[in-house]
Order: sequence, then C-alpha cells, then structure tokens
Amino acid sequence: MEAILCIDFGSTYTKLTAIDLQGEQILGTSKGLTTVEDGIMVGFEKALASLTALIGPVEFTEKLACSSAAGGLKMVAVGLVPELTAEAAKRAALGAGARVLGVYSYELTKSDLAEIKAVEPDLLLLAGGTDGGNRDCILHNARMIAEHVPGVPVVVAGNKNARDDIEAVFDQQGIYYKLVPNVMPRLNELQVEPAREAIRGIFMEKIVEAKGLAQVEELVGGILMPTPAAVLAAAQVLSDGTDRSVGIGPLIVVDIGGATTDIHSIGSGEPTKPSVVWKGLQEPHAKRTVEGDLGMRVSAVSLWETAGTRRIAKHLPDFQGSVEARCRTLQDEVSFVADTPESVAFDEALAKTAVEIAMERHCGVVESVYTPMGLFLSQTGKDLSECKTVIGTGGVLVHSANASELVGAGFYTEDNPTCLKPLAPHVLIDRSYMLSAMGLLAERDPELALRLMKKYLIQSAEVRHGA
Amino acid sequence: MKATVVIGVIGADCHAVGNRILDHVFREAGFDVVNIGVLSSQEDFIAAAIETGAKAMLVSSLYGHGEIDCRGLREKCQEAGLSDIVLYVGGNLVVGKHDFPEVEARFLEMGFDRVFSPETPLDVAVRNLHEDLGLVV
Repeated sequence: MEAILCIDFGSTYTKLTAIDLQGEQILGTSKGLTTVEDGIMVGFEKALASLTALIGPVEFTEKLACSSAAGGLKMVAVGLVPELTAEAAKRAALGAGARVLGVYSYELTKSDLAEIKAVEPDLLLLAGGTDGGNRDCILHNARMIAEHVPGVPVVVAGNKNARDDIEAVFDQQGIYYKLVPNVMPRLNELQVEPAREAIRGIFMEKIVEAKGLAQVEELVGGILMPTPAAVLAAAQVLSDGTDRSVGIGPLIVVDIGGATTDIHSIGSGEPTKPSVVWKGLQEPHAKRTVEGDLGMRVSAVSLWETAGTRRIAKHLPDFQGSVEARCRTLQDEVSFVADTPESVAFDEALAKTAVEIAMERHCGVVESVYTPMGLFLSQTGKDLSECKTVIGTGGVLVHSANASELVGAGFYTEDNPTCLKPLAPHVLIDRSYMLSAMGLLAERDPELALRLMKKYLIQSAEVRHGA
Repeated sequence: MKATVVIGVIGADCHAVGNRILDHVFREAGFDVVNIGVLSSQEDFIAAAIETGAKAMLVSSLYGHGEIDCRGLREKCQEAGLSDIVLYVGGNLVVGKHDFPEVEARFLEMGFDRVFSPETPLDVAVRNLHEDLGLVV
C-alpha cells in the first residue's frame, strides 16, 4: 500500500489525514492538541499516536503539511484608492490564506507605519496605481516601508512603471521583496494570482522558519501553504475540475471557527438575470472573505455586538437567559465544548447568525436605480443565487446533527431580497475534515484529490434546501 | 507614453451607446482611455483618475440632469489632489430648451474647462483635448 499523510498544524489542534493512494480512500483521521509553547511536534506526536491506534502502523511515502499555527500568516495590505488597489491587495492577501491585520490606502504616514510595526505582520503586500497610472504613491510607500519596517518581507504588486524605482529603493536598503505583476493592471480588473503565488513562496521560504516551525520542515519536507489557502485550493479543484476531469461547478465553502467565519466561493459571480449592469471591482474567481468579528468562542462577544440580541435570539425561541452574558462566558472559555441540549442549541444559534451575516458580506448586492429611462438594476459583487453547492466545514458544523440547517441560515431569504445569496443549493458537510488535506493532495495529484472529494463529500449530501 | 483619460456617463444615466462611441474615438486619437461606463458617480470618476494617473476626465450626460450630477466635481477633484486635471462635460446637459451659451456659462462656472453641446463634432473635442494637454499631433 502506498499511503501519504496530510498534516494541518492548527492553532489549537494538529489534524492528520492518512490517504491510501492506490485504494483511493481515506484510511483515517485524528487530531492532537497543539501549543506553540510546548513545541508544535508534541501535538503532532499525539495525533500520530491516535492515528496509529486507529489504522495500525503505516509507512508513509510522503508527508504534506499546511499550517495556521502561531497566528497563521499575518499580513498588511497597502494600496492607493480604498475601493480599488487597496481592496485588490486585500483580496489577494485573503486568497493567499492570510489574516489581514490592516489595509492602508494613499500615502503612508509615520503613524500608519507605527501601527503596522505594532501589529508585527509577517509580510506586506504593496500595491497602488494601475499599469501606467499613478506611480508617486507606491514609490512614496516603498520608501516609507524601507525606512520604517525594514525587517518585513514585501510582495510588490503595483504599477509596473514604478517597479524599477522600487527595486532601487529596496535593493539599497536591503529589503527582502518579490516583484510580481500588478493586482490591478487596468481599472477594476483584478489579477490576484501572481501575488498569491509570491505570498505563498515567501510563506514557505521565510515565515515558516520565523514561526519556529523549522523543526517540522525536516519531518515533512516543507509546509506548503497556510491552511486557509489549502481549503481554497481544494474548493477550486472540486469546482473547476482538472485538466482531464470536470468539477462540480460553482460552489461555496462555509467555515465557522472559534475566532473567524470564512466564506470561500468559486465561480465568476456574473449577473444571472438579464438587464443587470455590473458595477465596481471585478471579483476574484476564487474568493475568500474572513469575518474576524464572527466566531464561536474568541469572537463570541463581537458576534453578539455585531448581530444584536434579537438576531441571535430569533434562532433560540426557548432561551431564557441573557444572550450577552452567555457570549461573554463562551469568549472566556475558548475550549468549552457544548455538551447539553441547551448549550448545543445556543452554539447552533450563534453559528446560524455567523453564517447569515458572513454570507451577506460575501455575496453581491443588486440595487434598483430609478432613472429617467425607467428602472435599472446594478450589481456589486458576486451573484451566487444560482450556486448549486454549499459545503460546510469547521467544528460546530461537523459535529452538529443539524449541520445543513446551520448552513441553510446563509441562503437567500425574502427579508433581504437585494443580497444575492444562493437560492436552492445542496448542502455537503465536510465530516471527515478533508478539505485542507485535499488542498495539499491537489498539489501532487489533483485528479485523485478531485475523485476523493467527489466520493467523500457527495456521500455527505444531506438535504435540498431552498426557496 | 499615451495620455490617460477617464470617460463615463455620470449619475443615474445609463446611455451606453454614446459612451462607446467616445471610447472608440478617443482611443483612435491616441489616448489611453479608461472607460468607467454608465451609472458612474463623481467618486467613481475621481477614484479612477487617481489610480490611473489620468490627465483628463470626460464626463457625459444625456438625460438632462447633468447639472445636479456634476455640481461639486471640480471641488472634489481639488480635495482629491487632482487640481490640474482637465475637466470636460458634454451631452444633453439640461432639461428643456435652453440657449447653449447659457448652459455653457453655467458649467464653466462649475469649474469645467470645456462644455460640449450635443451637436459638437467629435473631432473638435479631440483637437481641444490635444491642445489642452499640450500634446503635439
């Protein structure tokens, strides 16, 4: 038997997935509690011991890993106009699996740089100006970065006409940087892939080591990408297919975590109805949004602050206590696992609220414009109304008996008719925590990753929801 | 290098055909045209001009509400650091029948550098733009 091991070094758990390549099956999965203080290998050893107990000793031919340990990949994005290159830079960073700690626009000031320094980013993404457009701003920002945060690697993805000068500045100051094509070569046109690749390259070269994960590198021969990037990669293979096999088409992944709720969508998001004009920035084919204020534990209080008591309580008809107090308790006890019907119900209400809001922010909006020529419809963002598949992942979903109901909170409703959420998709649940592992496997063998996902995820198809 | 110009139809106006013609004509005349399309706000024009380093904004309006939509554009450009940008406006700028010189005076007062009536041949506008940007043809 030829087997490989996919490892996801998380901030709390290290998760293992053993895959039999010839038999095309998942042999088993396990997890072990990880803390960076104890050394990341401790969690790995624990997880490996329970995996061995489950499936017996296996000689792995290869070990592939992704990681969100030690805070994951922390980035700051810099652009020119907030809605244009600054937004493009943010989207590129999110798609590369980063936690975006700040987005800056226009010329950086000393106080901006003090803020950037204070959040200790692993990497900066510097954009600004379309090709042939404004070059003064990005050049100013390059000089400021070189002077004030010289130790941070930089990916430069701005106006190509400013590149030579930026190179001169960075070379002179000894900055570690990579130059890639512009994230917005022409107005409103997005080109995020080269920047994403460069971010991943620097993540593997520099950041893994800086986070004390070098010891792991020896074992696994390299951490390939941040975990969210692996999830997005898996979603993209499943949706788009490979060179030889077709995928399942446009899809959405909902990932509810303790600190954030991530939504990934694969698809063009073009208007599905006639006579709708698309406005604003082009959308990335593989798009990821991260909601730092929507989470089950670390961000439970901010979820309550964002949603308000009534919106959460709507999912809890019988709840007698204080929603706020309960959220505060959950935020204090981040490792709490819901174990009574009442605590499970509360967690599920939080999850539904998080999905509802995160999907509202991810999906596009259609607005009516009354003009002298009559009613017009303009669309901003992705139209995901016709998307046929939504995949749920993350602890609260995977362990829930009502998983498809929780995911269903993110579907289109008549309360909010302008938001282009999916109307009637199938729900698939990532019961075997396979998505990040499949993103890793897709690096080596996308065909196999696609077949395994079709086999295991489609099996989990639950209900057909819809309007 | 070609001079960049931003073109678009301002306000709740979705006349797309004239906009396409302007795009074609100014591109043929050697400009790098950034077309932000119909239903564009003043902010869309300004954001586009900043990112692209544009030298001129050519604002179209055909539905007669141009005056409301264009008011304050020059001041906003100044706020956005685009003090030197050349501002043109053209089309059916006001509702009803008015003498063009009167309409022109009103838009010049609002800070536009040139105002074009619907009858203006496009080559005149192209020639004006070359002159105003100091370009030799």
